[in-house]
Amino acid sequence: MLSKSQARSFFLFATVGFSGVFLWLTVDTVRQVPARSHEENMNASVIRGKEIWEKNNCMGCHTILGEGAYYAPELTKAVERRGEPWLRIFLKDPQAMYPGRRKMVQYNFTEEEITDVIAFLDWIGKIDTNGFPAKPDMAPVAVAAAATVTPAAGAPSAVAAPALFTQVCVACHSLGGTGGVVGPALDGVGTRYDRDGLRAWLDNPQSVKPGTAMPDLNLSASDLDALTDFLMSQR
Amino acid sequence: MDNPLKFQSWRIAWTFFATCLLLLSLQIVYGFIMGFAHMGYDVLHDWIPFNTARATHTNLLVVWLLAGFMGSAYYIIPDESQTDIWSMKLGWAQWGSLVVVGVIAVAGFHFNWWEGRKFLEIPRPLDYLVVVNVLTFLFNIGMTVYKGKRYTTTALTLLAGLTAAALLYLPGMITFDSQVIDSYFRWWVVHLWVEGVWELVMGAILSYLLIKLSGVDREIIEKWLYVIVGLTFLSGILGTGHHYYWIGAPEYWLMVGGLFSALEPLAFLGMALYTVAMARRGGRKHANSVALSWSVGCGIMSFVGAGFLGFAHTLPQVNIWTHGTLVTAMHGHMAFWGAYAMLVFAMMAYALPEMTGRKHYDSWVAEWAFWLSNIGMISMTGAFAVAGITQVYLERRVGMDFLLAQEAVEVHFLGLILAASLFTLGISLYIWNFSRYGVVALSSDVSGDAPSPAPSLAK
Repeated sequence: MLSKSQARSFFLFATVGFSGVFLWLTVDTVRQVPARSHEENMNASVIRGKEIWEKNNCMGCHTILGEGAYYAPELTKAVERRGEPWLRIFLKDPQAMYPGRRKMVQYNFTEEEITDVIAFLDWIGKIDTNGFPAKPDMAPVAVAAAATVTPAAGAPSAVAAPALFTQVCVACHSLGGTGGVVGPALDGVGTRYDRDGLRAWLDNPQSVKPGTAMPDLNLSASDLDALTDFLMSQR
Repeated sequence: MDNPLKFQSWRIAWTFFATCLLLLSLQIVYGFIMGFAHMGYDVLHDWIPFNTARATHTNLLVVWLLAGFMGSAYYIIPDESQTDIWSMKLGWAQWGSLVVVGVIAVAGFHFNWWEGRKFLEIPRPLDYLVVVNVLTFLFNIGMTVYKGKRYTTTALTLLAGLTAAALLYLPGMITFDSQVIDSYFRWWVVHLWVEGVWELVMGAILSYLLIKLSGVDREIIEKWLYVIVGLTFLSGILGTGHHYYWIGAPEYWLMVGGLFSALEPLAFLGMALYTVAMARRGGRKHANSVALSWSVGCGIMSFVGAGFLGFAHTLPQVNIWTHGTLVTAMHGHMAFWGAYAMLVFAMMAYALPEMTGRKHYDSWVAEWAFWLSNIGMISMTGAFAVAGITQVYLERRVGMDFLLAQEAVEVHFLGLILAASLFTLGISLYIWNFSRYGVVALSSDVSGDAPSPAPSLAK
């Protein structure tokens, strides 16, 4: 039968032995991480982004690399999934994008801070994570608000969709059956509005219809023109 | 009825226990805030946003469990060493400063003052105060063991567990620019605490309770204590690897972490079998059956919550889907409840009648507190499981948008809140029973106790 001193030896052996192995693996991991995480791209903006990330306890709602809380989306691949323009607009006024739904704190980030946060998320998204997050395997074509919609299929249109449309608008609106369900579908939108009215709406939704859930996207004049042209071609 | 305290340090122990229950009550309030937010009623958003509630909820847990361990040490160490605490004054100062740091930290979370690193949200300046506080505590306890010259395995294991916990806090205080390395060493604190050295504390406290409650020979209990903590480290140290699968660490962690964390349930199974076997074997039937219920319950629930439910999503091929979902919350709730909360509850249930001389352990209140809180927690775990598994399939495997999937599981949070109400009822009964034992006079002048004479030999 096992004696107390044998039990103690087992305890000491297990503790010291496996601590040794763990330390050895730690040394090797620390050596490998710079290459796996592309540390050469970890510039000042990325590091500032990490500081903003920590200062506001973003992990208190979101997960990153799967770590954090489970109240808000996983952000490891946020830049790949949403694209920079969408993230930029969203971070300016998080509650405008999902009116009446789950809320994010309005942090009133400056343009520079938004750039840093996106730089940080972009760096995170390029780490070799051994395959996390896995692509959905039970429905290879995700239907809901996927940001990579090519509207050409369902919408006969002479004008190609601007990147802004496929990255931002489809988060809430659908075209040809694909896109979000927050705002109305945009099929045939060109028949419902005149050009000037639509442009004014995109420029400043609140001035056209006070209290609307449509966010002010702060678009430049050229973006406004491109978007209006595209939408007016949807007939 | 006055019951002269065997040791002066038990006054400090009682104060720590009372602090535990106060902080736990507050933790439950923040849990409800988050439960309602998940259900779609984030009504306090402008004052207590989710990240504040979350940091408060988890940090209160850590602080009250540590307070429980410290209270247990102030109770057990003098009893095992058969000498009173080295310095009462230092003990009181340590309790006071822990409370002050805790209050400042929790208040700070409401003003965006934190570090934003999961479980280690306490801002850096307060980290240093925590270190000083814990060193003071260890010094006081260590000097007591040294003074007593009676080195029992139970006392030394407890001391070793608390010391290792203090040392492992340090890697969490180093600043890294790389999120990957930051995360790597953050788990040295979090994982090696709860799946490593805290289990030493758990094993030691359970041993003490089993020695007292079951009457089984100390040599036998302490022998198995070595086996269990040996198993803990055999599996738990390299089991840290299950946190390294997806953070940018090398691929071999999938194999190392998968293999060793699959062995982690063994330590908890050992803990469960150990408590059940020792409780059955005990020839002497201790009158405080509720304390024995909590002790055995702790062994069993820690196996189910930490061991079994941990195993349920620890293998890499499962974890790649469940990582970062509500499935983790399912495992986390029952694991912390079973392994550590019930441990502190067992210790309090045993210690209170010893300290006050009042025997309220045979009342229906004490029994129902045990059953209602456990049934409530099991149901909560069930609600998290349903919500979590649904989230995994809708969002991760089918690719549904995050918010749509969350809205689909909102209804399960109604179940969570109902279960949590049952749990809260159980805890309220426990607190009610605690209050019936009365306040242990905080200084010997007040109670009129004789200064502790040369303590008699234990039992």
